[in-house]
Amino acid sequence: MSGKSDRLLGIAGILLAALMVWRATLIQESFIQDPLGPKAFPIVIAIVIAIASAYIIFRPDEEPLWPPFGRIAEIGLAVVAMVLYAQFLPIAGFVVATAFASTYLTWRLGTPPIRAVVAGIVTSVGIYAVFHLILGLSLARGPWGF
Amino acid sequence: MDSLSHLADGFSVALTFQNLGLALLGCFLGTIIGALPGLGPSNGVAILIPLVFSLGLPATPALILLTSVYYGAMYGGRISSILLNIPGDEPALMTTLDGYPMARKGQAGEALALSGLASFFGAFFATWGLVFLAPQLVKVALLFGTAEYFALFVLAFATLGGLTSRNQAKSAFAAALGLAIAMVGVDGQTGVPRFTFGEVHLYDGIDFLVAIVGLFALSEVFIFLEHRGDDQAGGKVKLGRIIPPMEMINKVWGTMSRSTVLGFIAGVLPGAGASLGSFIAYSIEKKLSDKNGTFGTGDPRGVAAPEAGNNAAAGGALVPMLALGVPGSGTTAVLLAMLLALNITPGPLLFQNNPDVVWGLIAALFIANFMLLALNIPMVSIFVRILTIPTNYLMPAVAMISFVGIYGISGSTFDLMVMIAFGVLGWILRKLDVPLVPIILGVLLGDQMEKNLRRTMTISDGDLWALVASPLSIGLWTLAVVGFILPILVGRYFRPKIADRPEMEGADPD
Repeated sequence: MSGKSDRLLGIAGILLAALMVWRATLIQESFIQDPLGPKAFPIVIAIVIAIASAYIIFRPDEEPLWPPFGRIAEIGLAVVAMVLYAQFLPIAGFVVATAFASTYLTWRLGTPPIRAVVAGIVTSVGIYAVFHLILGLSLARGPWGF
Repeated sequence: MDSLSHLADGFSVALTFQNLGLALLGCFLGTIIGALPGLGPSNGVAILIPLVFSLGLPATPALILLTSVYYGAMYGGRISSILLNIPGDEPALMTTLDGYPMARKGQAGEALALSGLASFFGAFFATWGLVFLAPQLVKVALLFGTAEYFALFVLAFATLGGLTSRNQAKSAFAAALGLAIAMVGVDGQTGVPRFTFGEVHLYDGIDFLVAIVGLFALSEVFIFLEHRGDDQAGGKVKLGRIIPPMEMINKVWGTMSRSTVLGFIAGVLPGAGASLGSFIAYSIEKKLSDKNGTFGTGDPRGVAAPEAGNNAAAGGALVPMLALGVPGSGTTAVLLAMLLALNITPGPLLFQNNPDVVWGLIAALFIANFMLLALNIPMVSIFVRILTIPTNYLMPAVAMISFVGIYGISGSTFDLMVMIAFGVLGWILRKLDVPLVPIILGVLLGDQMEKNLRRTMTISDGDLWALVASPLSIGLWTLAVVGFILPILVGRYFRPKIADRPEMEGADPD
C-alpha cells in the first residue's frame, strides 16, 4: 500500500496530540493567574498537530525509499554505540570513550578495522588536543584525568 | 545618513586585531564546511554554536566568528558542485547545472574563480541592502505591540514551508511539533511545570542547542551510515587556469547585477532562503539570456547567476532576522539560535540598545566578504585538496565534535541522550520529507510566541478580538493566510525539478 509510512506518521501525530491535550488538562494551576493560563496554548498546538496529521493520513505522499533491513539495523547499532558512549563518557574519560566510539563509527562507515582503530585514536586525541589543550574547553575527565 | 555613521562605528568595533583574526578563522572554517558534502551552513554553524558558547567568548567576537562561518559556507558550497557535481549544500544545487559541465570542459579553475567573484558581488551588495533596509524595518517594528508580534510569529511559521514547499500539512506539522517541544519545562508566567513527566532534567525545558545539533548534525551521520558506499564521487578534474579571462568576466556583469537584486528580494521575503534565491536567479537568467541554448552545457552566466543569487539571498535573509527577530530560512534560524545562546534577542530593541553588536556584526560581514574573496580565488586549490578527505573519516569526527559541544554546555549525560533522540527523530523525519527548519524555529520561538499571546490576553482581559484589533495585525494575519495557501496553488511552478530527486532527501536546508 502506498503511503503507509505517512499514515503511520499521521497516526503518531494524532496520538501525540491526544497525549498533549491529556497532559495539558493535568497541569496544576498555580495561584498566579493570567486570563489565558498555562493550558490554552499547548492545547491549540495539539489541535494544529491533530489537523495536520489527519491531512497527512488522508493525503499521504508517496512511500519514501526505506533502506533494506541491514542498513536500518546499522543505524540502530550506531544509536546503541552513541548511547553507550554518552553513558561511559563520565566514567572512562573523554579520550578513551571517544577513541572507542569513533573507531566504531569509522569502521562501520566502511574503513578496514585496523585503519579504523588508528583513525579513531587520531580523531580522539586530535579533538582533545584542539579543544582541551589549545582552546581550554572542559571535557569529561575519567579516572586518568583525560 | 544615519546608517553610515552607525556603520563607521561598527567598523571601529570590528577592526580590532582579535576580531579580524576571528573573522579570518571563521571564513576559512566556513569555506571548508561549505565545501564538504554533508556539511552546510546550517549544520556547520549548529555544531560550532555550543563550542563557541562553551569557550566563553563575548557576544560580539562570537557573532563575528559565527557569521563569518555562515558567509564562508555560502561561498564554499560551490566548490564541490563544480568539481564533483555534488552540491556541498542545497543553495549550491543550481551551480552544478553549468559549473560541472564547465569543469568537464577543463575550465574548473575558471568556473571556481568566476563563481567566487559572483559570490562576492552578490554578498557585497546584499550587505549594503541590509545596511539600508534593516533600519527601515526597525522603524515599522517599533510600532508592534504584543498582538502584532504574535501575528508576526504566525506569519513566520505559515510561510516557512516557503514557495517551494511540497506538502504544507507537513510544514504545519513540523512547526507545531517544534512549538510543542518548546512547551516542555516550567511555564515562565505562572511557574508551573508542563509536560515534564516528573523528570527533573526537563524542568529547564529542552535546550534548543541540543535539539538543533541532534536534528541537523547527528541525523546527517545516520544518513551517511544509511548510504555508505552508495555514491562514488565523479572522477578527478583538472583545475586549469584559476584566473578567468577578462572577456568572460565582462560577459557576466549584467547577470550578476540582476541575480543579486532577485536573490536579495528572495532572501528578505519570509519563507524563502538562499536556495530559492539561487533557483530564481538561475531560471530568470536562463529565460533572459539563453539565446543559443548554451545554459546547462557550461555557460559562465549559468555559474554566475545562482552564486550571486544565493549569496545575495543570504545577506537579504539577515534583514528580517536582525530587525524583527524572526528568521525566514534554515540558516538564519540557526543564526537566531546563536544570538539567543549569547543572550541577545534580535529585534528593534537590539538596534536601539546594542547598536555596537548590530553594526559591529554588519561591518564584520563586509570584512568577511573581502577575506573570502581573497581566500577563494588564489587559495582555492587548498580547499579542493580538503575535498578529498573521505567521509568515513570525516563523519565520525563530526559526530564526536557534536558530542563535545553539547557536553561542554552542561556536562550532562541526559542532554547527550536527548541529542541522540533528536538525531534519530531527524533521520526519520527527513526520510518522511518533513522539513526540519520549522521544528527548529518552533523550539526557538515557542516561548516568545506564547508570551506575546498571553500578554495580549492579559492586557485585553481575555478578549480574543484583541489579536486582530489593529490594521497592522490584520495585515500580518492576511499575509500569513495568503502565504500558507499560495504555495499549495502555485508551488509546483517555483520548485526546482532537480530538488525533487530522491537523493536530495539528505539535503541541508538552505
